[in-house]
Amino acid sequence: MDNFKFDEATQKELTTFLEREQAQARINSTVHNLTSMCWDKCVTGTPGSRFARGEESCLLNCVDRFMDTSLFIIKTIEGQRSQQS
Amino acid sequence: MSDFFKSSSSSSSPSDMAAKKEAVMNGVRSEIALASAQELINKTNEKCFAKCITKPGTSLSGSEETCLSRCLERYLETFNMISKTYSARLSREREQRQLNQI
Repeated sequence: MDNFKFDEATQKELTTFLEREQAQARINSTVHNLTSMCWDKCVTGTPGSRFARGEESCLLNCVDRFMDTSLFIIKTIEGQRSQQS
Repeated sequence: MSDFFKSSSSSSSPSDMAAKKEAVMNGVRSEIALASAQELINKTNEKCFAKCITKPGTSLSGSEETCLSRCLERYLETFNMISKTYSARLSREREQRQLNQI
């Protein structure tokens, strides 16, 4: 079997490239999940040629409120833990 | 994918190596793009089926098809909207973290 080897500099470059692509892919997968979640929550009517006003503002707020929720939950749990100890 | 790491010649010139590196990178990029597109198609299918086909008949009706094509447009619009607000949020938090470190 023939095997091809990249030199050290190229290997390093490829590692950096892959890490960056993986990070981007993780963000992208979060966007897919958020889209699905916010769609279920905000788009309640039959799809029209444009969003209803309420739907659009709901979608615009959805991500930020989800992230706020996540921060709030973490803060609350941390607060409870520090009270106990 | 593993094909990218193999070569027909065991000795390689620098330009050969650069070409192989490009091939690996382009392969990774296109696989990621393909996976993302598939995910989007599957999700759209699921969501729009749920919304538009409330009672499956013997074929898709005209109004169901209208609903589906609008639904597809709206879902893609939602994806772009969410993508924009999420990356705005991420960069805001990154800035905040940098400010806190100073």
